[in-house]
Amino acid sequence: MDRSFINKYYPLYIESAVLTVTIGCMGIILSVIIGMLCALCRYYKIPILNAIAAAYTELSRNTPLIVQLFFLFFGLPKAGIVLSPEVCGTVGLAFLGGGYMSESFLSGLVSVKKTHLEAAASLGLNELQTMTNVVFPQAASVSAPAVCANVIFLLKETSVFSAVSLADLMYTAKDLIGMYYSTTEALTMLVIAYLIMILPVSIVFTLLERRMHRAGI
Amino acid sequence: MNEDIVIEVKGLKKVFGENVIINGIDLTVRKGETVVLIGPSGCGKSTLLRCLNGLEPIQGGSVFLHGEPVEYGKRSLNKIRQKIGMVFQDYGLFPHMTVLDNVMLAPLKVQKRPKDEVKTEAMALLERVGLGDKAKSYPSQLSGGQQQRAAIVRSLVVNPDIMLLDEITAALDPEMVHEVLNVVLDLAKNGSTMIIVTHEMAFAEAVADRVILMDGGVIVEENPPQKFFHDADTERAKKFLSTFSYSK
Repeated sequence: MDRSFINKYYPLYIESAVLTVTIGCMGIILSVIIGMLCALCRYYKIPILNAIAAAYTELSRNTPLIVQLFFLFFGLPKAGIVLSPEVCGTVGLAFLGGGYMSESFLSGLVSVKKTHLEAAASLGLNELQTMTNVVFPQAASVSAPAVCANVIFLLKETSVFSAVSLADLMYTAKDLIGMYYSTTEALTMLVIAYLIMILPVSIVFTLLERRMHRAGI
Repeated sequence: MNEDIVIEVKGLKKVFGENVIINGIDLTVRKGETVVLIGPSGCGKSTLLRCLNGLEPIQGGSVFLHGEPVEYGKRSLNKIRQKIGMVFQDYGLFPHMTVLDNVMLAPLKVQKRPKDEVKTEAMALLERVGLGDKAKSYPSQLSGGQQQRAAIVRSLVVNPDIMLLDEITAALDPEMVHEVLNVVLDLAKNGSTMIIVTHEMAFAEAVADRVILMDGGVIVEENPPQKFFHDADTERAKKFLSTFSYSK
């Protein structure tokens, strides 16, 4: 292992990690929003939107991210829509994540017992009051573990961004291997970079779950 | 119109698919009256109760609360439901809220009453049913009987015109049945208007002003408890009551 190589090139990793995190975060935030909207459309069985949301969920969950990215980056320009690599990465991640998030949120919503909805109705709560006071708090605690798992999964999925020429962590590592043939050093730094990014998220989520569990929710 | 009439049901009909659950029921409940509905499983008594506060769409007839129509799916329903307290077999306490928060939810969010006043009243009611020390507990930390008493308080705190109790002891251990029924008995004595669906015959006799036997979606017999339990008019009632006694 060549220590000087690591010392020389680690700033490149930091730079590309920032890009990975930025696009990852934007994609995840968007996927949470998309997922919530889709889950609500499906839970309340809103006509037409319900069917669209269900079809979208299946499409996004049953095709690989790299295929979705290729479609956005190489397929759409032929139809006259040219997206920058950054936009492709964000949109692709949001598209994939939205499907997974939708399933996770929906599973929380359907876990709320019918008796609780009827009890809320008998107390005179309207739809909105029932949603905010009864359905959402219960659904949130059921969905939380799955949503956290999705976040970590999506952060890891960012590793295919290099396929649309985004200079992310994976791209940097491949670049260094190509130029200097220092495979061991480049890949070791890659593993460590991903660990530094994702491990803290993982730990925070575990602690949060434990706290929710203790609160008896 | 008679001021005393709280709930009036006329020709109620309820159909699930091809099954006729309620086949034309007329029922009038006056202020301060306790009506007990009994009957074999599937006779439509729980469904009748659910139709009374609009939890089920009905296929015929009408339900009135103080002369106002109770109509499934209508916006006006939320307002009417505030005057009808309903207690369910499986309690229906919200698991993410403390007992006190469960009780205070409707007065605060629906009736928009001041918090201090609501809290004082909620605590007084919880004390009355022996749950004063459980106010800050979560439902999962309570026994079934305690949960059901809390659920009764939750319905009671909005000062409903009528309480509907749907087999509220059916999910309880025998030892806990008593503590819940004592609360209901106490309410009846203090003039609450109630319709109670139950399988506890001794309790029915003690609490009822009027007993109604339902079977096959219709009212078979309607009499004061003394008459009903000891000198029923119909053979159907006698047969039903005989299933509760054992002899060697």
